[in-house]
Amino acid sequence: MKPAPFSYHRPESVDDALAMLANLEDAKILAGGQSLMAMMNFRYLAPEHIIDINRIPELTEIREEGDGIRFGAMVRQRDALDSPMVQARCPLLIEALENVGHIQTRNRGTVGGSLSHLDPSAEMPAVFSALDATLHVGSARGTRDIPIADWSLGYMMPNLEPDELLVGITAPCWPKDHGYAFLEMARRHGDFAMAGAGALMTLNSDGTIARVAVALTGVDTGPVRLHDAEIALIGQLPSEAVFAAAAKSAETVAGIDDVHASAAYRQRLAVVYARRALIKAHDRTLQGRA
Amino acid sequence: MGERREIQLTVNGEAVSREVEVRWTLVDFLRHELMLTGTHVGCEHGVCGACTVLLDGRSARSCLTLAVQADGCDVTTIEGLSPKEGLSPLQQAFADHHGLQCGYCTPGVLCTLTEFLETNADPSEEEIRIALSGNLCRCTGYQGMVDAALAYVAARKSQLA
Ligand code: FES
Ligand code: FES
Repeated sequence: MKPAPFSYHRPESVDDALAMLANLEDAKILAGGQSLMAMMNFRYLAPEHIIDINRIPELTEIREEGDGIRFGAMVRQRDALDSPMVQARCPLLIEALENVGHIQTRNRGTVGGSLSHLDPSAEMPAVFSALDATLHVGSARGTRDIPIADWSLGYMMPNLEPDELLVGITAPCWPKDHGYAFLEMARRHGDFAMAGAGALMTLNSDGTIARVAVALTGVDTGPVRLHDAEIALIGQLPSEAVFAAAAKSAETVAGIDDVHASAAYRQRLAVVYARRALIKAHDRTLQGRA
Repeated sequence: MGERREIQLTVNGEAVSREVEVRWTLVDFLRHELMLTGTHVGCEHGVCGACTVLLDGRSARSCLTLAVQADGCDVTTIEGLSPKEGLSPLQQAFADHHGLQCGYCTPGVLCTLTEFLETNADPSEEEIRIALSGNLCRCTGYQGMVDAALAYVAARKSQLA
């Protein structure tokens, strides 16, 4: 089908976009369009106003900030993948992005769009969850910084008021020699994941685990951090048995049930993928040392 | 009648200036206004890849882009990738290796591969398969397309050598 009629707005600055969001009733933000346009073509959505933020230069920057990287909300997934800074400092994001859709959708799709759309099986929210990222949100009323842990309020419901816009994301980077892994189960490459896991790890000089983060996608409605597993792993000498035992805690995550997979199958996948991600992240910490 | 806007863009190397309805997708604009019917429409929700064109040199779903968003952009469609006479080397490789049957998916596939092969001098079979993952084909089983892409890459390499 074709989109229902709407009014089209193309602000050239964040302030203009925020003013439009404050003043227009029933407005939708158009970022990369890889989800919104599909929903409009099918008339699941028929907003009165479209605010196209594709021509706001300040939203497309990737830059170093403190010990992390700040992504403008309109950074295209393709540009994040191609960024030498992201490749060097945030390899987990690179490995995850390779699983996000296809070349054509990554060429248009944005980092902020994926976080705002908040599909349960999206990779970006899980990656930023593992990284303990902070989301920067603006409105005509002011700005808010939201920890990623508080971002998902429910099924496809980000912590955004109707007049607010996600403007950027800051992700703290892990030390140079950290291990990382992102793995997911999808029927075909680029399909929505039925479940996936991202892991980050550093080791102490005696080989025990110093720091670890594990996040799941596709299991519950939003990204899930396996805090219990992380706490259990710290200080342990790594082994497949230790990782398998820690990954077991993924079993208790509430699983969504839909045509793609049952809740029980997703929980099963979550355990397997959390374990595999931990093992692979650990292998890479060793490569960093070699 | 919906809201309209004037847009200016380059399509297959030619400057185009038109008034469009803001709700038109780029693919409908290309097909219905510019009569460039080589770009096909399959699913209209970003899954099949039939509508793939090059937008500023990058492959994109033209069903998920509004025509008004292409204002100021450079669009290349299958018509722009085809020589006036005969076939391009990639098209010829598709013909030689049974890379198409009904041809519905082919314009999108060729746009995808054009970008991919420009940025990858020597891709593996696996990489070609992943590159093609966003283009659905109901006929060929993909093997012919992969063979065609590999043959094209081999020929290009031997020309450079
Ligand atoms: S018609 Fe655009 S992806 Fe199917
Ligand atoms: S050749 Fe028929 S759909 Fe691909």
